[in-house]
Amino acid sequence: MARIGIFVCHCGTNIGATVDCERVAEEVAGLPGVVYSTAYKYMCSDPGQTLISKAIREHDLDRIVVAACSPSLHEPTYRAWLENEGLNPYMLEMANIREQCSWVHTDKEAATEKAIRLIDMARAKVAQAEPLHAMEIPVERRALIIGGGISGIQAAIDVGMAGYEAVIVEREPTIGGRMAQFDKTFPTLDCAACILTPKMVAVAQDKNVTIHTHAEVEEVSGYVGNFDVKIRLRARSVDADKCTGCGTCWQKCPTKVPSEFDQGLGPRKAIYIPFPQAVPRVPVIDREVCIHFRTGKCGICQKVCEQGAVDFEQEDIIIEEKFGAIIVATGFTNFDASAYGEYGGGKYENVITGLQFERMVNSSGPTDGHIVCPSDGREAKSVVFIQCVGSRDKSKGVAYCSRLCCMYTAKQALLFKEHVPDGEAYSFYMDIRAAGKGYEEFVRKAQEDYGVQYLRGRVSRVFEHDGQMVVRGADTLSGSQVEIKTDLVVLVTALIAREDAVDVARMLGIPYDQHHLFTEAHTKLAPVESVTRGIFLTGACQSPKDIPDTVATASAASAKTLALFNHDFITAEPLIACIEPSLCSGCMACSDSCPFGAIEESEWTDPSTRKKVKVARVVESVCHGCGNCVVTCRSGAPNIAGFSNEQIFEQVEVA
Amino acid sequence: MEGMNNVSDETGTATKGAQVTEGKQWEPNIVAFLCRWCSYAGADLAGGSRIKYPPNVRIIRLPCSARIDPKLVWRALEQGADGVLVSGCHPGDCHYTSGNMYARRRMQMFYELLTFLGVEPGRIQMSWVSASEGQKWAQVVSSVTEDVRKLGPAKFV
Repeated sequence: MARIGIFVCHCGTNIGATVDCERVAEEVAGLPGVVYSTAYKYMCSDPGQTLISKAIREHDLDRIVVAACSPSLHEPTYRAWLENEGLNPYMLEMANIREQCSWVHTDKEAATEKAIRLIDMARAKVAQAEPLHAMEIPVERRALIIGGGISGIQAAIDVGMAGYEAVIVEREPTIGGRMAQFDKTFPTLDCAACILTPKMVAVAQDKNVTIHTHAEVEEVSGYVGNFDVKIRLRARSVDADKCTGCGTCWQKCPTKVPSEFDQGLGPRKAIYIPFPQAVPRVPVIDREVCIHFRTGKCGICQKVCEQGAVDFEQEDIIIEEKFGAIIVATGFTNFDASAYGEYGGGKYENVITGLQFERMVNSSGPTDGHIVCPSDGREAKSVVFIQCVGSRDKSKGVAYCSRLCCMYTAKQALLFKEHVPDGEAYSFYMDIRAAGKGYEEFVRKAQEDYGVQYLRGRVSRVFEHDGQMVVRGADTLSGSQVEIKTDLVVLVTALIAREDAVDVARMLGIPYDQHHLFTEAHTKLAPVESVTRGIFLTGACQSPKDIPDTVATASAASAKTLALFNHDFITAEPLIACIEPSLCSGCMACSDSCPFGAIEESEWTDPSTRKKVKVARVVESVCHGCGNCVVTCRSGAPNIAGFSNEQIFEQVEVA
Repeated sequence: MEGMNNVSDETGTATKGAQVTEGKQWEPNIVAFLCRWCSYAGADLAGGSRIKYPPNVRIIRLPCSARIDPKLVWRALEQGADGVLVSGCHPGDCHYTSGNMYARRRMQMFYELLTFLGVEPGRIQMSWVSASEGQKWAQVVSSVTEDVRKLGPAKFV
């Protein structure tokens, strides 16, 4: 006979102000199986724990209901306490009377009645609970890091430094990501390449880190501690073991195409490295533009290579590896400004993006650090920045603020004034967000020391007139319309999720939000963990962030990974399916409907006939506990621990 | 229909629905089966964002919408629910890869059986609510509550 204790939490005023917790505790005391019921201000606190422990001992409770916040917050907390008291941690059910009751209803009477009902449902479910024992699973102490930008690089360094193996899989021919494209970084004006390249070299030389560039993760299966991953190593057409990075091949290559790294402002060859400090310094042949691959002719690169490293026959290789944890560091891309036709992005050559400006102002960029008008190559004497192109715009762009554009606009405007002291720089803004360390001071410096002119207002139109760009907008602080003739216009575009973010999320089985940014386990308290155990999120793929925050989340994700690796075994929730062989007819319909292939054929000796029969059996290490088999089976043979038929049907009875 | 929604027994199970006899207006009693990864988290987010919605829904947490047995939906109606809401991850985003596809197919077939048995359309509804859709959850609850309110108390059991 169950002996149930019910603990109703006020959660300060979070629950207590709407739900009459004392009355609730009184009313539920009379429910079937309940031998003790009480209310307390903060059930999750130390005194709350003491209260529960005392009640368990004094009233000989064998299972409890905690009516409080969402189980996603404190279920593990209360489970741990039960274990401390010598009770099985799965003899617990939580009633969510906060997120799903007191916080969403205003009618106190209705909220109180609902709380009582929710507690009754939890009571009915826990009355049917059975003790469960967590499974131990071994951990493969290798981390997969998807993405080789500053985020992935930092994560790899941290994991490698702790003595564990890390593998970076980077899609581009080199690691470095977006940061390699930047010139100087705010607020210190450190040169991005100068601070990034030592890290790139460190991670390349780290004996614990393996880097695969020009490669992609194709398939992920398994679960925390035991992910099975297929990685496609795309053919570079160059043998990395023989190549010395001398550069003769790309010097001699006759084919020129716009460089992606330089955002179309300069050329690259068909055989190329994206930038001079590329790691590895091994070129790649772009087979779509290479003359040899298109027509069978040329082949100059192969002829001039003294090491014989060029290999036209090279093919993609697929490798399969096991990992214990996955760190997702896939980064971001920029909003396409052509959605704002009135700004002329994509229409006028002298209307450029922030990343293009960055490449121009960079001294090793396509214009040797000269800020020029792409239309005719003349030196730009004036520039107008239009902030929030795509950001903070529910109708045409994204609703959110991209967090770092105010800072990089100030930086770019400041650098422009440094390069062109007699030039003019303007920025149209809505608000200035400069919340980091030294950030506010930096923006002020741009305005006060470098004379960048800030205009608070939106731009209505950008057009060409007499060889110059004209920007029409509002200056709300002076209450006037303004028109600025300028050589260059920079559209400060929103930072958004990459085009294939949804494909990556589905491959990993992790959720994403309406902006295709990957969803964290808890917005406030678990920002680097995805909802799936063992998969961690860093950098901009979770939400736009600047370099310091990116590095911080990379180290945070590594810390979580290392916590996983620090044990020989980790425990897994035993909330999985099992099949009662005496009820099984061996039709295997469950196996067909299992999304993970976790059900196999097995033999069972029927004790009544002494005959061996074919039955289905759950492979415990593969079962994820979805419960599909339970519903598919016509005989009712499978059941699922923690959400068993007995438990849920009882819960529905009183709902 | 006074007796319909008042289910109380000697052991003191809490009564369901509002007592029509005591002059209180009838309020729909709706049972919702939610998948823990998307819809339940979305409902939590609605709470975290303090978005208000009617208190008629009682949520049962399940690992996946695939765990939702049509027998559970039937039992809910049998036990006095006026409406049932089934909610899971958006197609393609199921935490267990394809569980929600099974749920969708099952519920589709079950609707047809229920309609044959005389259950009015609109009493059983299905929704896709993701973990980031707190606002949508509140809207779904509000609209299902209104739909069931218009249909009146469930009579067929």
